[in-house]
Amino acid sequence: MTVTHQQAKGRDTVPFAISLRGVEKTFGAVRANHNIDLDICTGDIHGIIGENGAGKSTLVSILYGFYQADAGTISVFGEEKTLRSTADAIAAGIGMVHQHFMLVPTFTVLENIILGHEGTDSLAKGFEAARVELAQLATRYGLDVDLDAIIEDFPVGLQQRVEILKALYRGANILILDEPTGVLTPQETDQLFDILRALKEQGVTILLITHKLREIMAITDHVSVMRGGEMVAHKRRSDTTPEELAEVMVGRPVRTDGIWHEANPGQIVLRAENLELTAGMSAKSTALVSDVSFALKAGEILGIAGVSGNGQSELLELLAGIRAPSNGSIQIGGRHVTAEMPATPSEIKSLGIAHVPEDRHSTGLILPFTAAETIILGYEDKMTGRTAGWLDPEELDEHCAGLMQDFDVRPPDPSLKSNLFSGGNQQKIVLAREMSAAPSILLVGQATRGVDIGAIEFIHKQLIAMRDKGCAIILVSVELDEILTLSDRIMVMNNGSSMGIIDRSEADARAIGLLMAGVG
Amino acid sequence: MEQKLPRWIDIGLLPVINILAAFIVAGVIIALIGENPFAALSVLVKGAFFYKGALGYTLFYATNFIFTGLAVAVAFHASLFNIGGEGQAMVGGLGLGLVALLLDPLLPPLLVVLIAIPAAVIFGAFWGVIPGWLQAKRGSHIVITTIMFNFIAASLMVWLLAGMLMAPGQMSPETRSFADGVALAQFHTLVSYVGLSVAKSPLNLSFIIALVACVGVWVLIWRTRLGYVIRATGHSERAVIYAGHSPAKIIIITMAISGGLAGLMALNEILGVQQRVILNFTSGYGFTGIAVALMGRNHPIGILLASLLFGALYQGGAELDFEFQTITREMVLMIQGLIILFSGALAYMFTPMVARVFASYISSSKGVD
Amino acid sequence: MAAELWLQFVLALDATIRMSTPLILCAMAGIFSERSGIIDISLEGKMLLSAFAAASLAALTGSAVIGLAGAIIISVLFSLLHGFACITHKGNQVVSGLAINILASGLTVTIGFAIFSQGGQTPFLSRDQRFLPLELPFTETIESLPVIGPSIGVIYSEVISGHNILVWLAFLAVIVTGYVLFRTTFGLRLRAVGEKPEAVDTAGISVSWMRYKAVILAGILCGMAGAYLSIAHGGGFVREMTAGKGYIALAAMIFGNWRPVPVLLACLMFGFLEAIAARLQGVDLPLIGQVSTDLILVLPYVLTVILLAGFVGRAVPPRAIGVPYVKER
Repeated sequence: MTVTHQQAKGRDTVPFAISLRGVEKTFGAVRANHNIDLDICTGDIHGIIGENGAGKSTLVSILYGFYQADAGTISVFGEEKTLRSTADAIAAGIGMVHQHFMLVPTFTVLENIILGHEGTDSLAKGFEAARVELAQLATRYGLDVDLDAIIEDFPVGLQQRVEILKALYRGANILILDEPTGVLTPQETDQLFDILRALKEQGVTILLITHKLREIMAITDHVSVMRGGEMVAHKRRSDTTPEELAEVMVGRPVRTDGIWHEANPGQIVLRAENLELTAGMSAKSTALVSDVSFALKAGEILGIAGVSGNGQSELLELLAGIRAPSNGSIQIGGRHVTAEMPATPSEIKSLGIAHVPEDRHSTGLILPFTAAETIILGYEDKMTGRTAGWLDPEELDEHCAGLMQDFDVRPPDPSLKSNLFSGGNQQKIVLAREMSAAPSILLVGQATRGVDIGAIEFIHKQLIAMRDKGCAIILVSVELDEILTLSDRIMVMNNGSSMGIIDRSEADARAIGLLMAGVG
Repeated sequence: MEQKLPRWIDIGLLPVINILAAFIVAGVIIALIGENPFAALSVLVKGAFFYKGALGYTLFYATNFIFTGLAVAVAFHASLFNIGGEGQAMVGGLGLGLVALLLDPLLPPLLVVLIAIPAAVIFGAFWGVIPGWLQAKRGSHIVITTIMFNFIAASLMVWLLAGMLMAPGQMSPETRSFADGVALAQFHTLVSYVGLSVAKSPLNLSFIIALVACVGVWVLIWRTRLGYVIRATGHSERAVIYAGHSPAKIIIITMAISGGLAGLMALNEILGVQQRVILNFTSGYGFTGIAVALMGRNHPIGILLASLLFGALYQGGAELDFEFQTITREMVLMIQGLIILFSGALAYMFTPMVARVFASYISSSKGVD
Repeated sequence: MAAELWLQFVLALDATIRMSTPLILCAMAGIFSERSGIIDISLEGKMLLSAFAAASLAALTGSAVIGLAGAIIISVLFSLLHGFACITHKGNQVVSGLAINILASGLTVTIGFAIFSQGGQTPFLSRDQRFLPLELPFTETIESLPVIGPSIGVIYSEVISGHNILVWLAFLAVIVTGYVLFRTTFGLRLRAVGEKPEAVDTAGISVSWMRYKAVILAGILCGMAGAYLSIAHGGGFVREMTAGKGYIALAAMIFGNWRPVPVLLACLMFGFLEAIAARLQGVDLPLIGQVSTDLILVLPYVLTVILLAGFVGRAVPPRAIGVPYVKER
């Protein structure tokens, strides 16, 4: 089911692979997509860039048949189409590589690829026919994969390759990639871009959805910018710069790091020595964290940079007492945390360490709880009044209201359920909770993930303020800009090890990028 | 997305609609077998509340359901589906019986009762802790294990009551009667001491204990730190680990409380009425507890109301069986199944319809089109 | 002495097959349902309802085949109800299953009493209202052969021959289940829906529709199981006649890790335990002495708990089981 000769012929004469006119999609009070006009040139690599919440996901879901637009038209290769379902989209030649892969982990590559497009009732026959065709695709696009391997054994980059192959097998001549590089190492990202260029050469039109300017500049021909649910700009990539795009994305001139100022670091408050975390049985064990050492001083921010999945999350869990080290030690004050003498999260807390977890939805908050209840998570013993164990709702509300004011949480309603706050306000609730415990060490993971611009500034300012008061902060972030904005020193992690600690003055995106890639 | 429905609809109107749906379907089936559903309903209500002694019986049955309903509800708050109420009540009764049989020749009856009650709780808790431990430490799905443990408990009861514990010289599988006074006083007896007279019924002090348990559970779940952590565990184990607690410990403690509450049900039947341990005294009440907890939305007030409803059903059902040729007690099981279906599995089926009616009422009353 | 023991053993095998048949059919039903991601606790209830339907129809129409058809239809209807609650309304699957079980207990007796007025039973069925044992050819000749007769021949004449058609269908069901699940496109999609429904959805296939089909298949097999109980194995419906077999089938399904052949073996093992439980009453076994019937009958449950505890092997259910599928965006 590859690109047919007729489609190829048609392709040459049709200027636009996809044309959208006046597309609208509203969810309740939220206008996710408003008045969208978009033309994607046939054979182009077209980028759509925008912040979180700009409406990119909704637009892409409409193109793939997940949602139906409330108004407007969609044309594919010049023909107007109604995409009522994913099957319609696939039939129209649209394929999609999702951010979270749609692969059955226990199935083989071949089973995953033919799923839904087997062509016959008998699996054996379906497999045979598919193998032949996949061999052709492999030669044509350079996408070679072991068809009989089981998906869950594959690294992320290879799984993504299977996703691409799957889309091509289903006859896609338009390929949509939704935030494809979030889970890739820099090396895997380069390999992906090579594949995309090869696909473009074979006539596939590519739509790349991302919030990373670097990627847009690296590979696209045209770029469209979305903001607040609308298309606000269409540019030829060669005619624009990252700064210009960033401004259009955000809607105002982007501030450079005016937040940071000189720090005044004090004593060493935490020392990690040869820290190691291995998981799995001896034969198949992987070192999640290997041989990490560093010293943390009071009154400084140590940023930990790296592509997601290189051990930073595990390091954070080690420091927070959620996991015990397999080897090495963490020294906090007089306490040595080792494999033989592990610490629990409550002990870590009693040592003066607070933790803002990376995933506030699954870990930092209890979504169905009210704000007043969430804001005491982990600190309940401080709230149980005169009678041991008794929780007084009035006390809880008062406590919460106070914190909400200090941290500008909106709306300042202690009885509102946690899941009804916006991302930024949810994060502020978590920060309020952890910061108000007046910790001497603060562990922060992805401080501003899914947070709007205004809240980002507020949170960054709060972190610097904590630092100035003498708190030692470890900041883990996959957003390099955030690391560069806030850190006094930066440690880069790659493949579970530390690639070194550099001072702020020596750090720039390029240097760190190389370290992240495992070079130098 | 539609507006969110106001609270009174969510916890008041919708459950009532669900029950109504169950009753309507039951009514249709009654009509199909040739009886008048409204006549049946009338007999049901009269039989539950208005005949002599009826209210006492209704409250007596309700007592059982309060205990088993609370048991299921407490576990539900930790996201645990405890289907083992039957087995936990059986084993609780076993513990109660063992204490009574061992101690009643030695101690005054009041003391025996005071020791037997915690015994019921402890034994019931034990039978709940094992599946709890298996879930917490070994990842065994608690639904399946509690189902299995119900059967294991039943086998255990048969084996003991037909064997070791059987009253000597008897043929039926049950223990000997407890000594005089090893019982929980029935209301009609108590009330007669004050000079009043009430129709005879098995309603006994366990009812008061059940009410106390309702208050206790409410306090536990919504006003204590343990209750907070139980609820938190029910929503997110990861968050609870992050906060410094051990989900495994919480699960085990919750199942112990749950099993203990189910064990208390044995008080009502064994100390309140039978004064000996008989086979199958739980009669499926453990499962009714599930219906009660679902209907009552896992809140003691809801459970109280739902228990009253089911108590009325059981008592009224007995009357139905008595007065109608074609209807048997199994009719109650049928209605129970329908209620679980509509209040549990199809709980939100009527929400869109109600939301539409509500929305149009709002817009028409505002004069907006 | 040895010959006597051997004969007893062979007869026990024969009984095993008869005891296992409803377990096998129900367990295969469970496999289809659970492999597609729908927990099915209601095997017990569906089997009970089917048993009732089969016996009632057989009594009223005089035809066992109509009874079987009725049983299947009723079972499929309740499967659709379960599916409706779980798939369309995304309700709690355990609760729905439980509701059907309790509803079944009540409904069967209520309607049975209304129709037949015999305390909830159906009248005892005559021979032509039931499915009768099929005697295979040459059993007597083989049995009378010297040496081979009493040793292997009895296996043919007792164990293999003399079962009714539903028994044969049960074993056929195992083969068909295995083939459908692992060798057809439908099976591939069904297994995918139970492991990762998003993958199926984004391939353009309806997750709901796949699950409904799975649930219907489960209904058909449960219907056969129920019919077997009341109009093949037994001679009519008696209240609560399933006596927990639906739960044992559930246990067997978990024991066999949701794979047809291991589940078949688990069913045979549990059936064997049931078959010998009554036989061993009062019998002195070497080493163990007398074993109580209750102990043997409780073994399936205890064994399942031990398996679930992970002390002996691991039970790995389909990854997406029990979670209603909601399109995420």
